[in-house]
Amino acid sequence: MELFTNQILAGIATGAIYACMALAVVMIYQAIDHLNFAQGEMAMFATFVSWQLMQWGVPYWGAFALTLVFAFAGGIVIERVLFKPLAKAPILTNVAGFIALFAIINSCAGLIWDFTIKQYPTPFGSAPFLGSQLISTHQAGMIGVTLLLLIGLFFFFQYTRIGLAMRAAAALPESARLVGINTSWMIALGWGMASAIGAIAGMLIAPVVFLEPNMMGGVLIYGFAAAVLGGLTSPFGAVVGGFLMGVFENLAGTYIPGVGNELKLPIALALIISVLVVKPAGLFGRHIVKRV
Amino acid sequence: MSAAEEVVAEGHERVEAVPKRAMTLGTTTSLVVLAALLIVPVFAKNFIIFQITMLLIYGLAVLALNILTGGSGQFSLGQSAFYAVGAYTAAVLMEQFNVNYALTLPIAGVICFGFGYLFGKPALRLSGVYLALATFALATAMPQLLKLNFLEHWTGGVQGLVVTKPDAPFGLKVSQDTWLYYFTLAVTVAIYIFSVNLLRSRSGRAFMAIRDNEIAASSMGVNVALYKTLAFGVSAGITGVSGALGAIAVQFVAPDSYTITLAISLFLGMVVGGVGWLPGSFVGAAFIIFVPNIAESISKGLSGAVFGVLLFLVIFLVPHGARQVAIVSQQLLGKLRK
Repeated sequence: MELFTNQILAGIATGAIYACMALAVVMIYQAIDHLNFAQGEMAMFATFVSWQLMQWGVPYWGAFALTLVFAFAGGIVIERVLFKPLAKAPILTNVAGFIALFAIINSCAGLIWDFTIKQYPTPFGSAPFLGSQLISTHQAGMIGVTLLLLIGLFFFFQYTRIGLAMRAAAALPESARLVGINTSWMIALGWGMASAIGAIAGMLIAPVVFLEPNMMGGVLIYGFAAAVLGGLTSPFGAVVGGFLMGVFENLAGTYIPGVGNELKLPIALALIISVLVVKPAGLFGRHIVKRV
Repeated sequence: MSAAEEVVAEGHERVEAVPKRAMTLGTTTSLVVLAALLIVPVFAKNFIIFQITMLLIYGLAVLALNILTGGSGQFSLGQSAFYAVGAYTAAVLMEQFNVNYALTLPIAGVICFGFGYLFGKPALRLSGVYLALATFALATAMPQLLKLNFLEHWTGGVQGLVVTKPDAPFGLKVSQDTWLYYFTLAVTVAIYIFSVNLLRSRSGRAFMAIRDNEIAASSMGVNVALYKTLAFGVSAGITGVSGALGAIAVQFVAPDSYTITLAISLFLGMVVGGVGWLPGSFVGAAFIIFVPNIAESISKGLSGAVFGVLLFLVIFLVPHGARQVAIVSQQLLGKLRK
C-alpha cells in the first residue's frame, strides 16, 4: 500500500510537468484550432534564452520576466511572418509548417547552445517537501504555479473583454468579425500567450529534465496526450489530464510486469485511446455538433 | 454552455475535396514517365539506381497514406508501424523460413491489410487530432513491440535481421541493383494502377463521399464504418508491400529504423506531393529522400534548419503541393495549344 501511495505521489509530481505543457497546448488549440507540433521547441528556445540571461548575470525572476516578454513577442512574430500567409492553405499544409518550424528551432538551438546537458536553477529549492522524499519543493512549486496559471486563464477567458473576444474568434470566426472583433490579431495573441505559457512550462521543467535542445520531445508528446485526454477545449481538463497521465505512467511502470521505461509511453497512450473510444471528446471536452 | 447549443459549421479535419478525375495523370504523361523510368538504369550508376528504387518504395508508402487521407479523409501518423510489419514479415519469411522474396510481398500485404483493418475498427470512433494521437501511439509502440523478448527468436531483437539481396532470375546478366529496380518498378506500376482504379470504383466514390461529408454520405446509404475500415486496411496493405520491398532493398531490418520519424517523413511527402493527387506521392517521396541530403550538403551544423526553410519555401510557393504545379502547367499548355 505504501508503494502504491508513493507511486501516485511521484506520478503527480511528473504529472505537473505534463499539465503545464498541456495548458500551453490547449491555449494554442483554442486560438488556432489545431495542435502546434513546434510548441515544445518554442518553449525549449525560450528556456535557453532565460538560461543565457542568467549566465549574463540577470537574477532569476528578472530573467523569468524578460523571457516571458521575449516568448510572447516571439510567438506573435512567428504567427505574423510564417503562419498568417498560410491561413488560407489546407490544414495539412499548416501541419507541415509546424514540422518545418520544429526542425528550424531545434537545429538553431543546437548550433547556438550545443547539445550538451546544462543545469538549470530552480527558484523553489530542491529540499524534500513536507518531509516526503518523493515530492521536492520544486515539484510542489511547479504544481502551485500550474494551478495559479489555470486560475488566471479561467478569469482571463471568462471575465475579460479580450478573453471573450478570443473565445468568439475561435468558435465562430465569421460572426466574430461581424461584431467587430479583429480575428486575425486574436489568433496572433493566442500564439503569443501559448508561447509565453510554454516558456513558463519550459523554465519549470528544465530543473527536472535538464536543459538541452531535445528536452521537450518527450514532454510535448505527454502534453498533447494529456490535453487530448482532458478534452482539447478545456484548460481545466488539460491540467487534470496531465496529472492523470503522470499517475498512469508511474503505475504502469510499477505494476505491469515487463514494462520498462520504453513501453511506459505506448501503454499510457493505449489507456488514453481506450478512454477516447468511450468519450471521443475527452473527459471534459465539449462535444461538437456538426451541421451538414 | 450546453453541448447541443454549440453548432460548428465545419469539422476539424478538413481535407480538401479533390474530384476523382483530378487525382491522376493523363495517359500520355503516364506513359512518358514510365518510359523514362524504364530507360534510367541504362545510363545511371548503381547508387543512383538504388536511390530511385528507394524513391519508388517510399512513393508507394506515401501513395498508401494518400489513399487514406486524400481519399477517405482519415489522418494517420501510424504508417511507420504498417511499414515495419511489412518489412519484418518479408525479412522473417525470407531468412527464417526460406520463402522466395517475391512471395513475401503478397503475404506482407495480406497481413498488413488485416492489421490495418483491425486497427481501423476502434479508430472508427475517432477523427481529426484524436485519430492522429491514436495512430501516433501505434507508431511509438511498434519499435518497442519488435524488441520484445519472446519475439527475439524470429525478429533478432534489437540487432534486427540481415536480408540477402536476390539475384536476377533466369540467368539474366544484370546487376542485383538493376534487377531489384525493375522488380520494384513492376510492383509499383501494378499497385499504382490498382489504386487509380480503386478510387474510380464504387469503393473509391464511397471514400470520397465520406471525406467530403460523413453525415451526408451515411444518409445517402454509404456504409461509413465499412468503408472507413476498408480504407485503413487497403492503406496498411500497400504500406506493408512497400515495407517488404524496403527490407529487401536495404537488406536489413531493425526496430529503430521504423520510428515515428518515418511516419512524419511520409506525411511530409504527402503534403509536398499534394494531398489527394496520387502521382504527387512520388514527387513527395523524392522530396523526403533528396532534400535532407541537400540540406546536409549546404550546412552540416544547421541541416535541420535548412531542411525546415526549404520545406517552408515549398509550402509558401505551392500550398497545395506538386498538384498545384501540375494544374498550372496543364493550363499553360492548354493556352499554348490555342
